[in-house]
Amino acid sequence: MQLTFPRSLTTDALREGQKVFHSMMEASVFPRSIDEVIEALQAHRYIAERGLATAIFLALRLGRPLFLEGEPGVGKTEVAKVLADMLRTELIRLQCYEGLDIHSAVYEWDYARQILQIRMLEATGERDEIRIRQQIFSPAFLIKRPLLQALEAKNGRPPVLLIDELDRADEEFEAFLLELLSDWQITIPEIGTVRAEQPPVVVITSNRTREIHDALKRRCLYFWIDYPSFEKELQIVRTRIPEAPERLSRQIVAFVQELRRLDLYKLPGVAETLDWTAALLALDQTELDPTVIDETLGVLLKYQDDVLKVRGEIARDLLAKATLQAEMAAGGTI
Amino acid sequence: MPGYLLHHLIRFGRTLRAAGVPITPGQMMALVRALEWIPLGDREAFYHAARCTLICRREDLETFNRIFHWFWRNPLMGGQLPPGLLSTALGPIRRRENRPRPAEVGHSSSPGPHPENPEAPPMVLADRAMTYSPIEILRRKQFERFSEEEIQIARRLMARLRWRIHERETRRLRPGPKGDHLDLRRTVRRSLRHYGEWVRLLWRARKRKPRPLVVLCDISGSMERYARMLLHFLHALSHTRRQVETFVFGTRLTRITRCLRYRDLDQALQEVGRTVMDWSGGTRIGECLHAFNRDWARRVLGRGAVVMIISDGWDRGDIDLLRREMERLQKSCYRLIWLNPLLGIPGYQPLTRGMQAALPYIDDFLPVHNLASLEQLAAHLERLPIRRSARRSGLARSFQVLGAEEGPEV
Repeated sequence: MQLTFPRSLTTDALREGQKVFHSMMEASVFPRSIDEVIEALQAHRYIAERGLATAIFLALRLGRPLFLEGEPGVGKTEVAKVLADMLRTELIRLQCYEGLDIHSAVYEWDYARQILQIRMLEATGERDEIRIRQQIFSPAFLIKRPLLQALEAKNGRPPVLLIDELDRADEEFEAFLLELLSDWQITIPEIGTVRAEQPPVVVITSNRTREIHDALKRRCLYFWIDYPSFEKELQIVRTRIPEAPERLSRQIVAFVQELRRLDLYKLPGVAETLDWTAALLALDQTELDPTVIDETLGVLLKYQDDVLKVRGEIARDLLAKATLQAEMAAGGTI
Repeated sequence: MPGYLLHHLIRFGRTLRAAGVPITPGQMMALVRALEWIPLGDREAFYHAARCTLICRREDLETFNRIFHWFWRNPLMGGQLPPGLLSTALGPIRRRENRPRPAEVGHSSSPGPHPENPEAPPMVLADRAMTYSPIEILRRKQFERFSEEEIQIARRLMARLRWRIHERETRRLRPGPKGDHLDLRRTVRRSLRHYGEWVRLLWRARKRKPRPLVVLCDISGSMERYARMLLHFLHALSHTRRQVETFVFGTRLTRITRCLRYRDLDQALQEVGRTVMDWSGGTRIGECLHAFNRDWARRVLGRGAVVMIISDGWDRGDIDLLRREMERLQKSCYRLIWLNPLLGIPGYQPLTRGMQAALPYIDDFLPVHNLASLEQLAAHLERLPIRRSARRSGLARSFQVLGAEEGPEV
């Protein structure tokens, strides 16, 4: 950990730092073009649309956080995991919740050890308050939480910091984050200021259960992840579950795509498609039929109202449409 | 970067701003920096780069797409809005009106202690009111016992009402004498003064915050005569508290939270008038609640929200749907309050089919027909019970029993 005491940096110095940073990045594992990002993601079994790849590419190049929004199950969190793999660096994850505070997000003192230390000092006859204080509030007694960890680069590479479901945290945490994202430094009153030599690659996700303040989003590169198209989703299923028979995968994807057109409370995401495929494989299905759909609908739909609505007639309707579409798609590609 | 490109970019940003998409210079800088990394011939990459740097709300994506394709087809024409966008996005017009009008400086934003102000804002108000509901002026019923002057007075009184909504305990802790979480950090620090002896324990307590408020207001034909006062009420409410989400519905659901953010009432009402398409039409409460539950509930009902529905319960839609959606809504909020202006009429019985279907799922059934009822509402909101009520209490229950006798379909 690099410790420096607070001092004001001129913008020139900052810019100089950025240049150094970029030249370092140049030599590192950062992809050089958008196509390279797409390929690299694909190599790590993540199928990204071009817009997302562009946003990722720019986030790496400009050193800005990536802000991902989208319905649950479209692969927001996955982006961070794959990025860490791709950049061959550590993934640090901070799961947000209401009341998330400095003690669990940034740092905490190890009180038990501090108390022990005080007792030990006492035994040696140490009476000087200032010396005691210096001893027990030293980095050795500091427990680093994700945000502080993220300021350190391991073997020369900045980590990927995933701030997951920011909408679950409260405004107080958001305000703190806003400050952190612009300065990349954290002040610990007892020790001083910790500054990141290389800012981490940051991915923030949100499910929109609350609006995140615009000020924060403006500092990021924003991308809304939509449900994938038929082709993309099929590609995802093929990549993730290669053992699934081609015909079944086609039917599944076509069915889910049809399902997303219905007026449901919660549309199935890609995660559900993959779960369903795995479930059908486990049931040794080679193609969809109405009975098995009715029985496994709970994997796709998470509200009882939705299940009731789709089960039976509508499911059969969708299946007919999906089969047709799957055949047509097969005819097109073969 | 070639000079003219920068020029176009800035014009592009200006066009977007004019269409109501807020873009900061910082975002423009980000785009310019991004373009250093993008092959300029690649239109798709350029589009995505512009999109991820300039847009930070999903709602703005559509406007962005339209303007992007329109602008870059011929950037030289830039600065104007594509045809058809004016009506929905209202850019330059709004910008101009954003500035305070001279006559209003000093009293529009602080309605209060200057009743004898010369440039009678009441007149302006009447004028604007005509634009959103001209018929309303013609009819003088119930709420319209108020004269124009009285409306002004009522408006001020409303703005002065204290809306202190019941607070909930959040999960954030802060130092407090009566907490039940030990504040180890402060305790250890304090103990250093006494050579490590824990002379005094320090505590942390849960921070309290007011609950979010979500208002769904009926603006269909039967509610028309109340619409104006209710909008004043909603505007006042939006400005006394931070977290208020406001929707109106008739045959469709419209979110007007952003419109009501304007401090100036006239301007806010004008915005509302432009946004809302189904003034004084029919009512389909069930369908509108369905749309709310599907599209908005997850986004605005977190953190123990209190929901207020303002409607007379005249419904021409699917009653079964209404019942189901009410049940879902009640289950996903902390407290569901139904405000019915008719409840102020002596002898009124909520016998309409819609009202009957909704009653079993309402926590509080209150009138909203005069200022006294608003005061009553404010007092009620301040004293919500600590726990969410399990199944209907007070008024609502008695009506439920009554409904069971009257209508078998409940």
